[in-house]
Amino acid sequence: MIELTIDGLPVLVEEGSTILDAARFYGIDIPTLCHNDGLTPYGACRLCVVEIGKGENAKLVSSCTYPAEPGLVVRTNSKRVTEARKVLVELLVAMCPSSKTVQDLASAMEVKKVRFKVEHNDCILCGLCVRMCEEQMMAKAIGFVNRGKDRKITTPFDMKSDVCRTCGGCMYICPACELRCQGPDAETDLCNACLNVQPVCLKEEDNKMCFLGTCGWCYEELGRKKKK
Amino acid sequence: MIQNPTSRGNCFIETAEIDKILEKHEYKKSALIPILQEIQSKNRWLPCETLKYVSEKLDIPLIDVYSLATFYKSFSLKPRGKHVITACCGTACHVRGGPKVLQEIQNQLNIGVDETTPDKKFTLETVRCLGACALGPLVVIDGKYHGQMNTKKVASILKKYSKKNK
Ligand code: FES
Ligand code: FES
Repeated sequence: MIELTIDGLPVLVEEGSTILDAARFYGIDIPTLCHNDGLTPYGACRLCVVEIGKGENAKLVSSCTYPAEPGLVVRTNSKRVTEARKVLVELLVAMCPSSKTVQDLASAMEVKKVRFKVEHNDCILCGLCVRMCEEQMMAKAIGFVNRGKDRKITTPFDMKSDVCRTCGGCMYICPACELRCQGPDAETDLCNACLNVQPVCLKEEDNKMCFLGTCGWCYEELGRKKKK
Repeated sequence: MIQNPTSRGNCFIETAEIDKILEKHEYKKSALIPILQEIQSKNRWLPCETLKYVSEKLDIPLIDVYSLATFYKSFSLKPRGKHVITACCGTACHVRGGPKVLQEIQNQLNIGVDETTPDKKFTLETVRCLGACALGPLVVIDGKYHGQMNTKKVASILKKYSKKNK
């Protein structure tokens, strides 16, 4: 067993676990995007950053790939960490504003505006589908090709692959494929449904499909009405 | 880098020849890069069928071979001409008139960057700095460095190479 400290809390975890595993085991929430329990850690999105070390030596690492070490002091919520995460989410929104996963992360982190040029890409290169195809579906039909700004995920020669069984695993796991809430302001760069827009409630507007399960608007409204 | 997999270009490597190369490397998976390099040096480019053949023989998933071949710039998945012209677009060459030289080559051969002349003689490529900035503007043809290029020199040098071909 390894002993380390997360947010001032001494924790005990099994050998071979990552900081993320340890934090999740103790109920400490770290946002992730390219991490999935059934797949090998990849460290692409960097959303899971945490701060380790003390004073001048403190540095940011991705918790999903960093192994838990004895005596490690981890901060998952310091100012530096939250600021880094916010910028990362902003960049992700700028890359793919139509993704629900990304928009939800942005809302959760209270990102209120996007300062970067918005490109409507359909892929954020998180590599989830590539790992899904290889590790869970044992197919290895897709992968990364080219490099630099031309890097993309595709099948060999951009043609239908012989080993692809069209299982759909890649689409199932893709965070960019899932369309965001189609409620009001669906065309804006930033959804921020619960932060910015009028309440969308399943009860009143069932065609709007509010995805934010715990958005809380209705409760607030209720409270306000009661006060009156 | 989409290409028609059925277009075979002007030359096509025989499977027997690939086998020879594979044997030399003892069918080692780790030798994929040298194997592809050797095939390319024989064939000038890597056709789709060749990559498929290599992936089958070495038992490496095709996508891995393909990602590797697209990752390195020295591998070409498009047919290449007999002479490969590499024009430098680095900073030093740029300020010394590299773009003009490049434009002149394009005009003379009537092709764009990363294209091959229809007679399969020349392929034009660009590069960011060859590390010989003092010689700029630099144009490399088949590994030979032509320094201090200018638009006037282009025609004569190209003529020299197209004659060599005959
Ligand atoms: S979840 Fe750790 S880097 Fe993406
Ligand atoms: S810029 Fe052309 S060789 Fe350096």
